[in-house]
Amino acid sequence: MLDWSPSIKERLSMPTPILAARDVKKSYGRGQSRFDALKGVSLEIFEGESLAIVGKSGSGKSTLMHLLALLDRPTDGAIELNGSDALLLRGRSLNSTRNKTFGFVFQQFFLTGGASVLDNVILPLKISRVRSRERKRRGLAALAELELRDKAGNRASALSGGQKQRAVIARALVNNPRIIFADEPTGNLDSATGAVVEDILFSLNREQGITLIVVTHDEDLAARCDRRIYIRDGLVVETESRAA
Amino acid sequence: MRTIDVISTAIGNSFRSKLRTTLTVIAIFIGAFTLTITNGLGTGINNYITTTVAAIGAQDVLTVTKTQQDQSTGPRKYDPNQMASTSPGRPGQTVAGMTPADISAIAAVPGVLSVQPTLSISPDYVEAGNGTKYALSASGAVPGLKLQLAAGAQPSATSSAPQIVLPVSYVKALGYSSDRSAIGSTVNIGITDSTRAEHTLGATVVGIAEISLGGTGGSGTANEALAQELYNAQSIGLSSSTKDRYSQASVRFDKSATPAAVNQLKARLATAGYDAKTVADQIGTFKTVIDAIVLVLNSFAVIALLAASFGIVNTLLMSVQERTREIGLMKAMGMGSGRVFGLFSFEAVFIGFLGSAIGAGIAILVGSGISAALASSVFSGLPGLTLIAFSPASIATIILVVMGIAFLAGTLPAAKAAKQDPIESLRYE
Repeated sequence: MLDWSPSIKERLSMPTPILAARDVKKSYGRGQSRFDALKGVSLEIFEGESLAIVGKSGSGKSTLMHLLALLDRPTDGAIELNGSDALLLRGRSLNSTRNKTFGFVFQQFFLTGGASVLDNVILPLKISRVRSRERKRRGLAALAELELRDKAGNRASALSGGQKQRAVIARALVNNPRIIFADEPTGNLDSATGAVVEDILFSLNREQGITLIVVTHDEDLAARCDRRIYIRDGLVVETESRAA
Repeated sequence: MRTIDVISTAIGNSFRSKLRTTLTVIAIFIGAFTLTITNGLGTGINNYITTTVAAIGAQDVLTVTKTQQDQSTGPRKYDPNQMASTSPGRPGQTVAGMTPADISAIAAVPGVLSVQPTLSISPDYVEAGNGTKYALSASGAVPGLKLQLAAGAQPSATSSAPQIVLPVSYVKALGYSSDRSAIGSTVNIGITDSTRAEHTLGATVVGIAEISLGGTGGSGTANEALAQELYNAQSIGLSSSTKDRYSQASVRFDKSATPAAVNQLKARLATAGYDAKTVADQIGTFKTVIDAIVLVLNSFAVIALLAASFGIVNTLLMSVQERTREIGLMKAMGMGSGRVFGLFSFEAVFIGFLGSAIGAGIAILVGSGISAALASSVFSGLPGLTLIAFSPASIATIILVVMGIAFLAGTLPAAKAAKQDPIESLRYE
């Protein structure tokens, strides 16, 4: 067994983290051009928590998010999902885990402009083989939750920035994920709209118990999270919990 | 993603860039249109051959010729029995002549019910009531050959009375008011023997033949009795060894013989030194020529399709490029690479389907129009000829083949899309 593995006693005494990184390293390239993006990061995220991963661009925060979201595999170390080794997941089971467990909110929306708002929102359901009628029902419910019900039939390109980000949140929510990854969710929005989007994300976290992982360099946004992890040059430099 | 969703999404995606899809579809359209027309040409002509010549009916007849001994290049050894061929083929073709000894040798082959030498006759003219002589070429009726008749009946093989079937073009010239009124009248046929003496023989007109592609275009058909009389007349002055020489003979075999039995009979005749062909074999020769021509035309259409398939590759590569983000997002959301591949390759197949279905559809309309127009003008003399005909099977085959080509063209871009790394695709500056 590897030395970082907690003993059974330890595991029983504390709740299992929903997501954990154990001494995760990630490097790109080889030899001279080798670049270590992460140099050994460990962290545990518990169900219902809101966590900010804070760092400048190039700090490794995006790489860490990709590893936690199982979009990439670490060079070394382990990722645990619900206490089991997530790196054992491959192919179909990996795809299905990602589809059902995670929701994504990106700074640059990634909506298909020509398609309707509803079609954009139900994309994760389409991928997870939900039937057409059920897709529509759940899609409209998610849009209603974000007060975009009346925009369902509009083309996504016709929405304003705030509406777009709300549509993206609806898309992240539609498959009832346990964890939402938000990568600079307010980066493309003005401060008023950004605040609204932040409110939505944190109320989802509080009211529906969805674990929220925010990747940002925005201190104000980070301050609203339960916990903040500061990353610099591929290492965790500071961990902060919300002052009670 | 469900297969039905892959299909509907792919179809939706292909309409996203309408201009690009339209241009690609046009390229495929041209290929599919050409392929459908050339195929239709083959189908039309072969159908005509089948209906005119294959209506021949009697499947119990073999046309037998003597096997050429020397097939090598260079000057052929002299053979006193060599003579001009009377079967269809290139002009000047000669065959080894058959003698009465050959005829009896054929008759001795097991399975041969009867053998009848084909008499080569060359009458000079035909003349009826109005006294004007018209040049006439005629041949003896091949047993079992059914002529396409405008009026009257087939020449009788059993009657001892001389009978003739004249082509429809002779009716008015000979002074008859209609096809029907010519039936039953007597015409005189002139023939010259080897001593340059003229003979005139009478024959009853029993039928008027349509012009057809199958052979007896402008020539009359004599029944066995008349053919024999004409042959005797033209052979006056010849020694019997010269007279009794035939280019081919007709062999009758058991009507109920299976194709295998017919092949065995042909094999036995081949061992005895004779080439034997059934009517179907002879039609097959025609069809082979038509098929070869159609194949060449088809290959041009396929070249057009190959060019169009590069259009598909291009279109889809651009789509993949444009949709990098979208592909990355779908993969991040758990869409498998196989499904991404399916999405793009089905888009290619759909573009192929659009092009080929529209191409085939318009080709059917245009082809039917052209053949209808030609049938009433240029080919009005060839009743029953539909120059461009379409069979559902060949249309379906064309559409499927084009879709197959489109799928192959789509594999490269689709593989590129499937290989995309979601992180790379979703990276932004």
